Amino acid sequence: MKAPAFLVRAALMLFITAFCISSAGAQANSPAAPEKSKFDYQELARAPEKARNRRNPLENNTDAPAAGRKLFEKYCAECHGADAAGTGKAPSLRADEVQQATPGALFWLISNGVVRKGMPVWSRLPEPQRWQIVRFLKSLGAPEPAPQPVIN
Amino acid sequence: MAYDHYLEEPGSLEIAWQSSYATQRGSGDFLSSVLEFEYGVTGWWTTELYLSGQSTLSDNTVFTGVRWENRIRPFAREHWINPVLYVEFENVNGADKSMLAVAGHDVEGEHGEPNAILREEREREFEMKLILSSQAKGWNISENIIAVKNISNAPWEFGYALGVSRPLALAASPRPCVACRENFTAGLELYGGLGDRHSFGLPNTAHYLAPSLAWSLPRGLALRVSPGFGLNSNSHRFLLRWSLAREFSGFGPALRRIFGGRP
Repeated sequence: MKAPAFLVRAALMLFITAFCISSAGAQANSPAAPEKSKFDYQELARAPEKARNRRNPLENNTDAPAAGRKLFEKYCAECHGADAAGTGKAPSLRADEVQQATPGALFWLISNGVVRKGMPVWSRLPEPQRWQIVRFLKSLGAPEPAPQPVIN
Repeated sequence: MAYDHYLEEPGSLEIAWQSSYATQRGSGDFLSSVLEFEYGVTGWWTTELYLSGQSTLSDNTVFTGVRWENRIRPFAREHWINPVLYVEFENVNGADKSMLAVAGHDVEGEHGEPNAILREEREREFEMKLILSSQAKGWNISENIIAVKNISNAPWEFGYALGVSRPLALAASPRPCVACRENFTAGLELYGGLGDRHSFGLPNTAHYLAPSLAWSLPRGLALRVSPGFGLNSNSHRFLLRWSLAREFSGFGPALRRIFGGRP
């Protein structure tokens, strides 16, 4: 009887240890500056050519950026920040590396995540929703409209 | 129930209350409840603690024990079939009726004894699953192969769970909404036992077919309902499961801030 009781205690200790490991790991790898996040955009370059060249089927869908914003706020803003400018946990999505990446590369990255560096796999979202997020991300890099001249 | 290959997000804590109501021939129907704490340790490791109990009509309410579960994703990238390794240790008494997994010769008759007798039995088991999960065209297809070993000198027991699910709408609407189709996922599960090492196969095993509907609500809430139907005379005739889960994103970093660490 003593051995199983020990196993229960050991299990609880391991549960607590798991939490501590994750805490320590995150502290060791979460610098304050967003640009020094564990994820450094290199993963985008690892997208296979076929994936990079995929076109966004919702490229001309006028609702897609708004739908993508809604999905971003629900699933992505926690780590990337409400304004997508990055946090200590995940990098800015307004950076040139993201804005210059092809829609296919972004779709590939969202689908596969960067599991070893803490970004989950988002293939649980149906493909159209992932493409909607890509449209929203691309809209972040759109140039600001020029200010209208003031006519007196 | 069938697991897919998606793990808890790193640093997030999900607290869920899961209940099952089952009809019981020859004894009182019962309501089992499980309180779950699921935490994303890393992107590839999720750990979960369960506290379970049950109430049997015309009997009493008992706490039945604890489970500790770990799911590990061996591959970093998505594949056509995505494996996840599942290891659980459970320390429950014989009155446990949570039926989180059906394996071996878990049949309706085992739940018919009074709680006072059932709780005398102590079950300390390791449960292992190979979770295989695929995602295609909005459909998730999951297969779970289950092996259970009591740490006493009991034979290995086996079971299975198969699941298929799909959101009711694949694209999101541009406006915030609560009851729109994209927030609902419908599914169908088939699960049951496959006997043990000495008597592998379908004889004297229970099997269930269970449609399910999950509703993703605002603020990280999720509601799931799944009526199950026994497929043979060894199964409970009817099993109704429901769960309410609340996800706390950023729980880990928040806790670290409380204790003076960096988020």
